[in-house]
Amino acid sequence: MRRFTYERVSTPTDAVMAFARTAGSRYIAGGTNLIDLMKLGIEGPAHLIDINRTGLDSVEDIPEGGLRVGALVRNADLAGDPRVVSGYPVLTRALVSGASGQLRNKASTAGNLLQRTRCAYFYSADLPCNKRQPGAGCAAIGGLSRGMAVVGGSAACIATHPSDMAVALRALDAIVETIRPDGAARSIPLADLHLLPGKTPHIETSLAPGELITGVILPGPLGGIHRYLKLRDRASYAFANVSIALVAHFEEHALRAVRVAFGGVAPKPWRVEAAEAGIADIPDPAGHIADAVFASAQPTAQNRFKLRLARKALTVLLDDARAEALGDKRT
Amino acid sequence: MAQTPALPPDHPASAPVVSLSVNGSPQSMAIDPRMTLLDALREALGMTGTKKGCDQGQCGACTVLVNGRRINSCLTFAIMHDGDEVTTIEGLGSVEQIHPMQAAFVEYDGLQCGYCTPGQICSAVGALDEFGKGMPSHVTADLSDISLSDDELRERMSGNLCRCAAYPNIIAAIRSVAEAQS
Repeated sequence: MRRFTYERVSTPTDAVMAFARTAGSRYIAGGTNLIDLMKLGIEGPAHLIDINRTGLDSVEDIPEGGLRVGALVRNADLAGDPRVVSGYPVLTRALVSGASGQLRNKASTAGNLLQRTRCAYFYSADLPCNKRQPGAGCAAIGGLSRGMAVVGGSAACIATHPSDMAVALRALDAIVETIRPDGAARSIPLADLHLLPGKTPHIETSLAPGELITGVILPGPLGGIHRYLKLRDRASYAFANVSIALVAHFEEHALRAVRVAFGGVAPKPWRVEAAEAGIADIPDPAGHIADAVFASAQPTAQNRFKLRLARKALTVLLDDARAEALGDKRT
Repeated sequence: MAQTPALPPDHPASAPVVSLSVNGSPQSMAIDPRMTLLDALREALGMTGTKKGCDQGQCGACTVLVNGRRINSCLTFAIMHDGDEVTTIEGLGSVEQIHPMQAAFVEYDGLQCGYCTPGQICSAVGALDEFGKGMPSHVTADLSDISLSDDELRERMSGNLCRCAAYPNIIAAIRSVAEAQS
């Protein structure tokens, strides 16, 4: 592992000032993705700024409704927070479907968002990867692409963002709060945090250098039926082939409104709001949404199955949610 | 306690010092910031009960409890744990009085080669604590009423691999402790 210097900071302001002071800095919170990549030499920060004791570790009620989730709230704690369980069950379900018990105890909310968009070739230092080395080429395209993105990728990169949490947050219209080294704060809709790869797949987010996520805002609870379905190659502790975060509102058996975000299919949580508009008047809502959401899909021969899987899964999920709305009481 | 050098020979003299409690004993050491908590336990403190399997957070052999919560000690730097309380397999019980989870693994034959066992046992203790606090899992049907089925135990232990596949007996061992606790 490349040598680095280490400092611990006690406030978010100290963190961004420390970043501005030392070239090659990276923030570290849970470290579950960063340390893994540092061991492989894929990440090599010269300086680590430990933000774990900056106090951003609580979930607070927002007076006008909703929750402010501190950047350092651990995935396990967020999943089990009674306010999340009752008001945002799609988020609890997404969180507990990801990683393992040990990792969820360590991984932070902000770190989950900022884990690297990645694939097996990104981890294989002897094969070309435009993320690791811009311009080197992509071994995934034309390689083993079964797990890769079917939509949103580019000729430079077809890696997926593996977070489940982010897929639920996308359905919930979460907002990311940050501060920058100049002290300025800003709010970024989650939809705008992750970037598509285009020609620069090594740039994964819209954060400026040194910009620090301080928290995530959950707007007031939506009500409705919440579901998170994750389809993967084994029952636990694996990334999704396809996942779906669903928030649906029914009147009796009739679907009135819906939010659908997909995971495992794109370089970022994949949601197309236009597909959800006027859903009450659509005879086949699952087919309608799948058509619109994956209209620009460019699957490979190996991952084309994800399109059919996503469509069928959404059909099943909507039927399941309707059954719940009609009285089969489950959450 | 054996004190093996935790610093490479060419490291600057101003190495940072980390002070933490391991199984109730205060420990203070100058370490290379690159040293994981796992390597600090095994190499710097000579406590080899915690095992290194994959060293990338996949297998769970390195599971320890930090401030009472189970984590992968291979995926965290020791320097980040200043002031923390670490419990390893050596600290769960004593030779004279082993921990109930250790006794259950013996009684139910929850191991073959034993390499994953310290991690399994620390993870199981952490998992039952999480269950006791009402934390849901992926297989929890009703988020407001969690019962500890075998499916729940298997899901909650999915971060611990056993290449001997002693899983049925591991689950039986954990179940016996859970039932004794309730």
